[in-house]
Amino acid sequence: MPAEAGSRSPVEAGLRHRPRWRWQETVFWILAFGSFFLTSDKHLLVSEIAILALFALSLDLILGYAGIVSLGHAAFLGLGAYVAGLLAKHGAGEPLLGLVAAAAAAALAGFATSFLVLRGADLTRLMVTLGVALVFGEIANQAAWLTGGADGLQGITMGPVLGLFEFDIFGRTAHAYTLVVLFILFLLARRVVHSPFGLSIMAIRDNPLRARAVGVPVNRRLVAIYTMAAAYAGVAGALLAQTTQFVSLDVLEFHRSADLILVLVIGGAGYLYGGLIGAVVFKLLQDAFATLTPQYWLFWIGLILVVLVLVGRERISLHAHGVLGRIFGRLGLPGRRVAPLAGGEPRP
Amino acid sequence: MLTILFDGVAYGMLLFVLACGLAVTLGLMNFVNLAHGAFAMAGGYVSALMLNRWGVPFVATLPFAFIIPAAIGLVLERTLYVHLYGRSHLDQVLFSIGLVFMSVAAVDYAFGSQQQFIRLPAWLQGRVEIAGVQVGLYRSFIIAICAVLVIAIQLVLTKTRFGSRLRAAVDDPRVARGLGINVNGIFAATFAVGSGLAGLGGALGAEILGLDPSFPLKFMIYFLIVVTVGGTSGIVGPFVASLILGIADVAGKYYVPAFGAFVIYTLMIVVLVLRPQGLFARAR
Repeated sequence: MPAEAGSRSPVEAGLRHRPRWRWQETVFWILAFGSFFLTSDKHLLVSEIAILALFALSLDLILGYAGIVSLGHAAFLGLGAYVAGLLAKHGAGEPLLGLVAAAAAAALAGFATSFLVLRGADLTRLMVTLGVALVFGEIANQAAWLTGGADGLQGITMGPVLGLFEFDIFGRTAHAYTLVVLFILFLLARRVVHSPFGLSIMAIRDNPLRARAVGVPVNRRLVAIYTMAAAYAGVAGALLAQTTQFVSLDVLEFHRSADLILVLVIGGAGYLYGGLIGAVVFKLLQDAFATLTPQYWLFWIGLILVVLVLVGRERISLHAHGVLGRIFGRLGLPGRRVAPLAGGEPRP
Repeated sequence: MLTILFDGVAYGMLLFVLACGLAVTLGLMNFVNLAHGAFAMAGGYVSALMLNRWGVPFVATLPFAFIIPAAIGLVLERTLYVHLYGRSHLDQVLFSIGLVFMSVAAVDYAFGSQQQFIRLPAWLQGRVEIAGVQVGLYRSFIIAICAVLVIAIQLVLTKTRFGSRLRAAVDDPRVARGLGINVNGIFAATFAVGSGLAGLGGALGAEILGLDPSFPLKFMIYFLIVVTVGGTSGIVGPFVASLILGIADVAGKYYVPAFGAFVIYTLMIVVLVLRPQGLFARAR
């Protein structure tokens, strides 16, 4: 085998090199799990971060890898949250069951709506995803007998995880639970994007026409990844409902989707860790600003977005990669290539 | 029945005035400006403040509701938007969402989060009965103003030198520049007028649509529906689309209140899926 390694083409070598675990990733996850012992009073914050990170991971799958710009990803978060919340409210308090049900429901919704998303270019996609989220929000608002409407879904009582770990008031269980779910789903996503399937998704992002020409079933692949991303968002929603034991219409609001894009922009899309890093930064920023001016947090988000775009997203992430690269070695993809976020460039 | 139709037409006209600036920036200049509602809100607040704090008559505030957002639009276009014309749609979306968030928070900070009321002068209040149809005076006023605006815009775009220059600049900026057309100036002027119209719409509509800091977010989707459904090749499409939307929304809220906004969102998705380039546009 080693003798053959030398004769491999650079492409093949690159493909084989990519999925390998780097030590930085190991450090990242050790730190993530280490947070359980380090931060005794921040359990709830960490579980919020983990949930946001999972949600961002979900968007990264379609935005960073497939190049689909979505302004309505909150639809699936909300659906997952309501499914898990309703299950728990009506007796099925086992959290894992809630996760599975939420993932299934969101995947179904994602599958159904993915065909709408396939049509049209960026702008149409923006509108359609936004419209889908609005329709979901309106349904939840109108179906007050089921969802509690504007008052929110109250009276959720969660059973212990696996029948062993009760949710406690300090959020220790929530912390560990969300982190473990995030880690497992991250591993799955990592496996998927490095598989031939994932490579074909990236090919579609970079050039759909060419991808189709070499025989990639473009539409089927996009439907698949969109469905998977929806399921992930559903799980994130379920985690949110289970750890806060409350669901309100807020989970379906537009600002959820907008914040999410910001999270991904902060971290950089297209290498999976972007969403996780972005979630950490975003939540810490929010925590810091919230103590200063809780009401006007929106202003600072807006400012960050405007500045990020004006300075240039790519330049910032490239710069950040350069710095990180010098400090930690390469964290993301080999070649330090930051994926162009979404197929924004006009295609012929 | 006819009253509903009438109200729907007034609502649609209003939506058109609010959205036609967006139809130009999005449709003609291909810039996704989600912050369009912020200019409308600016116009509404200008009008409300002048009316409530300084006692300026409502009609006299309207020119200012046009001029001030137009000036803001001009400044922002020259300083910020101009860098983003060539960028991807995602960049434009992020940028304009950022602007929306900032405007929402800033207005909340400056004027509080409560609704702003615009008290109409007495001669615009009430209803009269014409041929058995209840007609609101204020809504007739809106229809009259908007009709004049629609015709004026259409004439400017199709008949004047400025209109043909704008269309040339949009179709091919490079060639237009080569022919000595001041493309940047034209874009800036167009953007300013569009923002001003939005401001005027915001002031006119404050009584009907309500006016509070979340205005840009609440109505963003309506503007986008008008533009995407109407297509982006001219202003006739958006005009028809806003009339349909206005009538559908008013009728929907009247006859099937349970479905609320549901109808129009679904309508929008269906239209977009069947005709991604808009109802009235030719595919390019």
